[in-house]
Amino acid sequence: MGQTALVSASQPTVAHEALVADLAAALAPDRVRTGAVELDLYGRDASVLRGSAAVACFPLDTDEVAAAVRIARRHGRPFVARGSGTGLAGGAVPVGDPVVIVTTKMDRILEVDVDERVAWVQPGVVNLDLTRALARHGLHFAPDPSSQQACTIGGNVANNSGGPHCLAYGVTSAHVLAVEVVLPDGEVTVLGGLDPEPPGLDLRGAFVGSEGTLGIATRIAVRLTPDPPAVATLLLDFPTVEAAAETVSGIIADGLLPAALEMMDQPITRAAEEFAHAGYPTDAAAVLLVELDGLPAGLADAVERVGRIGRSHGARTVRVAADDAERALLWKGRKAAFGAVARVAPNYYLHDTVVPRTRLVEVLREVYAIAERHGLAVMNVFHAGDGNLHPLLLFDARTPGVMDRVHAAGEEIVRVSIAAGGVLSGEHGIGLEKRDLMPLLFSPVDLDAQARLREAFDPDGVANPTKVLPAGSRCGDLQSVPEGVWV
Amino acid sequence: MTDPVAAFAAEVGPPEAGAVVAVGGRTEWDVGGPLDPDVEVREVRAPAGIVAVEAADMTVRVRAGTTVDELAAALAEVGQAVALPSRPGATVGGVLAVGRSDVRRLGWGPVRDAVLQVRYVSADGTVVAAGGPTVKNVSGFDLCRLMVGSLGTLGLLAEVVLRTRPAPAASRWVAGEVDPAALLRRLHRPSAVLWDGTTTWALLEGHPADVEDQARLAGLPDAPGPPPLPPHRWSVRPAEVYRLAAAGGLGAFVAEVGVGVVHASVPPPPRAVDPAVVRLHERTKALFDPTNRLAPGRSPLAGTRLAAAEGGG
Ligand SMILES: Cc1cc2nc3c(=O)[nH]c(=O)nc-3n(C[C@H](O)[C@H](O)[C@H](O)COP(=O)(O)OP(=O)(O)OC[C@H]3O[C@@H](n4cnc5c(N)ncnc54)[C@H](O)[C@@H]3O)c2cc1C
Repeated sequence: MGQTALVSASQPTVAHEALVADLAAALAPDRVRTGAVELDLYGRDASVLRGSAAVACFPLDTDEVAAAVRIARRHGRPFVARGSGTGLAGGAVPVGDPVVIVTTKMDRILEVDVDERVAWVQPGVVNLDLTRALARHGLHFAPDPSSQQACTIGGNVANNSGGPHCLAYGVTSAHVLAVEVVLPDGEVTVLGGLDPEPPGLDLRGAFVGSEGTLGIATRIAVRLTPDPPAVATLLLDFPTVEAAAETVSGIIADGLLPAALEMMDQPITRAAEEFAHAGYPTDAAAVLLVELDGLPAGLADAVERVGRIGRSHGARTVRVAADDAERALLWKGRKAAFGAVARVAPNYYLHDTVVPRTRLVEVLREVYAIAERHGLAVMNVFHAGDGNLHPLLLFDARTPGVMDRVHAAGEEIVRVSIAAGGVLSGEHGIGLEKRDLMPLLFSPVDLDAQARLREAFDPDGVANPTKVLPAGSRCGDLQSVPEGVWV
Repeated sequence: MTDPVAAFAAEVGPPEAGAVVAVGGRTEWDVGGPLDPDVEVREVRAPAGIVAVEAADMTVRVRAGTTVDELAAALAEVGQAVALPSRPGATVGGVLAVGRSDVRRLGWGPVRDAVLQVRYVSADGTVVAAGGPTVKNVSGFDLCRLMVGSLGTLGLLAEVVLRTRPAPAASRWVAGEVDPAALLRRLHRPSAVLWDGTTTWALLEGHPADVEDQARLAGLPDAPGPPPLPPHRWSVRPAEVYRLAAAGGLGAFVAEVGVGVVHASVPPPPRAVDPAVVRLHERTKALFDPTNRLAPGRSPLAGTRLAAAEGGG
């Protein structure tokens, strides 16, 4: 990690002071921040990337977001929306001295309609807070990223986030009915609707997953999912990683659609067990955490089939949680996995690619080989049911030259995933991290088409500039490689 | 060996080759309004054929000119199904371009969520790919969603990868005179609940013993299938169905309870669309089809009116 100087945007120039004064007048002085410590914080997200924020502001409602956008534009500045900053692809990392618009004070659940199973929320509502608030109605918000204690619904929408239970229930896009957005020109409109077939193009669908480059979500109508009538949680343990991966492919090929199907290899199982004491078998090469839900007969049948498929691939034990307490314990280990890693290595780099479920075994084998070639330790804990790999490369950032190896290994993982018929990202997004890898998956005409969508919403490229699409995606595009960003 | 998709692109040709419209089974030809009568529009057909049924991965790659029924038959052989509406002659490309689900939407979800990857021929006459072949993917902008329901006005669908699902082991319609809202609350994820103001139908699918149980819970006898659907299509908030029915403005109707699609004998009034949304449509169209050669005259906003000053949800 270098000492590259950041563009010192917060230098008190006259122009900058005028910008800050306008924001303070439109919002409130204490909700417009320019302190060095805060700007350092808002200069990064949960990735290893880093940019520079000129000013961060904290609107309370749609009108204040619209005002902040218009002020940014009047001062010739781009803007970046930011939720909790848990993004892993650099999506919220500010590039080009933007106004950072932080949604964390827009954290109200505005309306819950239990009968229609829909809620309007502000974008800064924390994912888990929403689900907790719905519990008494027997409803929940289905997307459950591992970061759900911290990440916001706005961030989920922008990244089209997933989570363990998205296997059966679908990722964020399937749970967003409508989004009120402040468009890059400061206008406010609603994309989508609460009826099933809103007129026109599915601009809601285009907005979800656009990583803050098409505007800022200021109110979101989310679909609420009824809690399942019955749930079974299983833990299967295997003597080899291959056997676990083959079981995953076998479950999918058998026509089963588990609510969740997560895999953990030995190093992460050990780390998680030490941390969470979930009773995971630490001598297993890999474990599968399988959750099944539904009506009793179908559920019993599915539990039986999963056990049978596991055993036929060499599962040593198939543990079915006896009650809610045991269920919670099994999940605690999985959910604590990332926290547990911090005890093992000072730094980790979390990857995110997807491969067809039939190719899991071979790609996992390659992931281990790649890590070994680069002299890096690797742990795997991932959404196996939808082929969504999450290799964690462990390192100590103080080791000279280690970042080069981490990046080289990461790029190789992306390449083998794509070669196996996979994609660049399953849920973390492209942001800055994978922007320049987009040509691995898309041809110049494919990228040009995406750039046209971007241009339809944001002709001047002021909403979260330089993210997602590599420079030159649009024919005749003069966008340059961002300065002031370093890895 | 010529790639049928490339051949389709060659047939569409560059902008100089003039206006084109993709024809499927003409089962929903009127959606989006008539083609511009003053422009000569050449009809083209997307290639047909199932490229690969990836049964073990629960996906299928299919060319857009394939009929939904042919696709359904191929998937049935491996015990799978796809959430596309079936109508005699309807093609995969056609139903995706229109984007309307059938009465199973409550349980099977909207058709747009079945689409993982699209390859379409752009207004330039080139083949563009969007999305990816895996069941989960956030690589770049979601042009698949943009294409579904775009009525062939932004690009011509040539080939798609769809998510399949296990075909339900048992599937059964029941019907009787019960309160639809109460029935919806009582059942666990029925595939459909329909209501015509008097009779309520439900489609129960899943494990045979569970279907049996749910039928008992519903307290309703078997029915031969869904009722015939009146011709016009309304889209309203699910709770709005009851108010509309009480007001009597629908004529004869069958409502998709819990979804909000209402099939009625009376056509719906024009929907109001926010001016900012109209501008986004105009810019999108101009960027994807600068010479207006793709289905000129047709519009996803047909039958709408501009909303007055205040936008809204
Ligand atoms: C330990 C850990 C585990 C994780 N596990 C998962 C997981 O299981 N699944 C998963 O999908 N992700 C996971 N993530 C990634 C991350 O939590 C998600 O991407 C999350 O949705 C980001 O939310 P946020 O509020 O932190 O957004 P931020 O990081 O603040 O922003 C993310 C992007 O959203 C944009 N954005 C934020 N708010 C808005 C808005 N209101 N309007 C428009 N754009 C906006 C930003 O500009 C940026 O591009 C994990 C991250 C960590 C650190």
